[in-house]
Amino acid sequence: MSKRIEVNDLNVYYDKFLAVEGVSIEIEPRSVTAFIGPSGCGKSTFLRTLNRMHEVIPGAHVTGHVFIDGDDLYAPGVDPVLVRREVGMVFQRANPFPTMSVRDNVLAGVKLNNVRLPKRDADDLVEKSLVNANLWNEVKDRLGAPGSSLSGGQQQRLCIARAIAVQPDVLLMDEPCSALDPISTLAIEDLIHELKSEYTIVIVTHNMQQATRVSDKTAFFNIAGTGKPGHLIEFDDTTTIFSNPKVKATEDYVSGRFG
Amino acid sequence: MTQYVAPRPGSSGARRLVGGPRPSDRIFRGLSYGSAALIMVILAGVAVFLIIKAAPAIAASWSTGDLASGTTAGYANFWAYSGPLIWGTLWMSFIGLLIGAPVAVGIALFISHYAPRSLAGILGYLVDLLAAVPSIIFGLWGIAVIRPYLLPFSHFLTEYLGWFPPFGGQVSTTGSTVLAGAVVLGVMVLPIITSITREIFLQTPRLHEEAALALGATKWETVRLAVFPYARSGMVSAILLGLGRALGETMAIALIISPSIVFSVALLTENQNSQTIAANIAVNFPESNDLPRAGLIGTGLMLFVISFAVNFAARWIVGRTGGSAKERRSRKIAPPSDAASILTLDVAASPLEALEPRGSSAHPEGQEPSIPELRD
Repeated sequence: MSKRIEVNDLNVYYDKFLAVEGVSIEIEPRSVTAFIGPSGCGKSTFLRTLNRMHEVIPGAHVTGHVFIDGDDLYAPGVDPVLVRREVGMVFQRANPFPTMSVRDNVLAGVKLNNVRLPKRDADDLVEKSLVNANLWNEVKDRLGAPGSSLSGGQQQRLCIARAIAVQPDVLLMDEPCSALDPISTLAIEDLIHELKSEYTIVIVTHNMQQATRVSDKTAFFNIAGTGKPGHLIEFDDTTTIFSNPKVKATEDYVSGRFG
Repeated sequence: MTQYVAPRPGSSGARRLVGGPRPSDRIFRGLSYGSAALIMVILAGVAVFLIIKAAPAIAASWSTGDLASGTTAGYANFWAYSGPLIWGTLWMSFIGLLIGAPVAVGIALFISHYAPRSLAGILGYLVDLLAAVPSIIFGLWGIAVIRPYLLPFSHFLTEYLGWFPPFGGQVSTTGSTVLAGAVVLGVMVLPIITSITREIFLQTPRLHEEAALALGATKWETVRLAVFPYARSGMVSAILLGLGRALGETMAIALIISPSIVFSVALLTENQNSQTIAANIAVNFPESNDLPRAGLIGTGLMLFVISFAVNFAARWIVGRTGGSAKERRSRKIAPPSDAASILTLDVAASPLEALEPRGSSAHPEGQEPSIPELRD
């Protein structure tokens, strides 16, 4: 289920503006990779090119290749809708569908494929996804309650349950904890640890402690100045990045001395 | 009324800090208060006029005198006369909405989610322009174009779907049917429904649309998952506002259909077309005596009441936007029972609470429970 991501010389443009330049990276299956870097360096933009979500913004396009187990996401004829069914995403702010119940939220992605699930299978899938998202015990008595009635941290875990219910190959997380309190953040980090055994996980974070806690590998992105494209500066084991980075800029950033 | 304030030591000049309202302020406040009051006076005035003028016809005997002859002949009382007209008004508007509303929502969706930006702007402008076309023009267009155009379609409907009452009966030869009127009404309600639903579709939170897209939803599935649930109440109220427009439409209907005052669902026939209140008043008012005029005004009162009810319904639905009221209610019934939510709610409470006990005189707002969901 979990797959390798290979990116070759990817450039991301917004219309004419080059936002991210020349990124090449290989992400192993069943690992957690953290993207760190200052605001505006293009790490979220790059993350979104891994499931073609950047195309939501008019004018955004890429050159280069992204392979998921050898399949090029940007080959002609590839349907972004099908890409997104293989590469799930969790956003900065929890976004459960507010009018849907907890149960329907979990099933939202599955029902998109126009599969008519028998009720038993649907129940099993809801339970399995919520258990995997560490949310089952908290919501099992109110599966019919609207998704928006949960707390912020629960909503974010509901979004994770919704994303893994469609059994993607890769799970992208765009600052999933930045709107959460420390307790909910810990719950999500624990969850990431558990999900690692089944999924390839890529997480964007501003919190460097979080990167050290959850990730196996870390990629540092930086930007030379406003209006300049973002670059991948260094990509290595998380311990190496935080203890013995090869590039000066990385060292400055992780030690809080960047300018 | 200004007082002299002693200058602080060291400051160069005297400064006045105390003063009354400026005259200009008072004048504009008076003007805006007056305008606001005027709207209520006008509304009340119209209602009182309708009631006073209609009362004689509602109270009078319809079997003798003026009311027993002419266009009001043959009705037992006012209600027997106005009943079919109310039905006709609602029926015609309903069919008009049935035709117009889906198209209007479709246009709004195209403008907000499908069209390229340049085309969306032009299209939105054109739809708004449609609202500026006078209804008499629509009426003429209906007579000259829509009536003949619909005839073959009417024959088809009667021949193959004649078992369905609205399509039954003898097809009109001229085309002056409820269907023709409703098609024109449908066009006339397009602008208001389109512009309101378009605005609401555009306000759909980007987060929800991205949530759907990231799950692998197609464009249409995104609309169904994120846009429609968010816009549902807005769509209903837009359609009700369109209904308000359709109910009062006069000239187009008066020109197009050849009506009779009957309870009828027929859409395609010559003389079974239910007349509407507004068109009936327009057609019969000039040649009526006092009492029949009072009868017509009485039907006008009915229209006034119906329009009011529709507008109130629209507002009530808008007020409950997006099911948030429902949600609040359900939260009250089932307060969170698990530790995690209670913790979050605790965190949400102001940290000042610990310093300032509730209800202290220094912080009267401290009397408010700080967790709105748990109030009452």
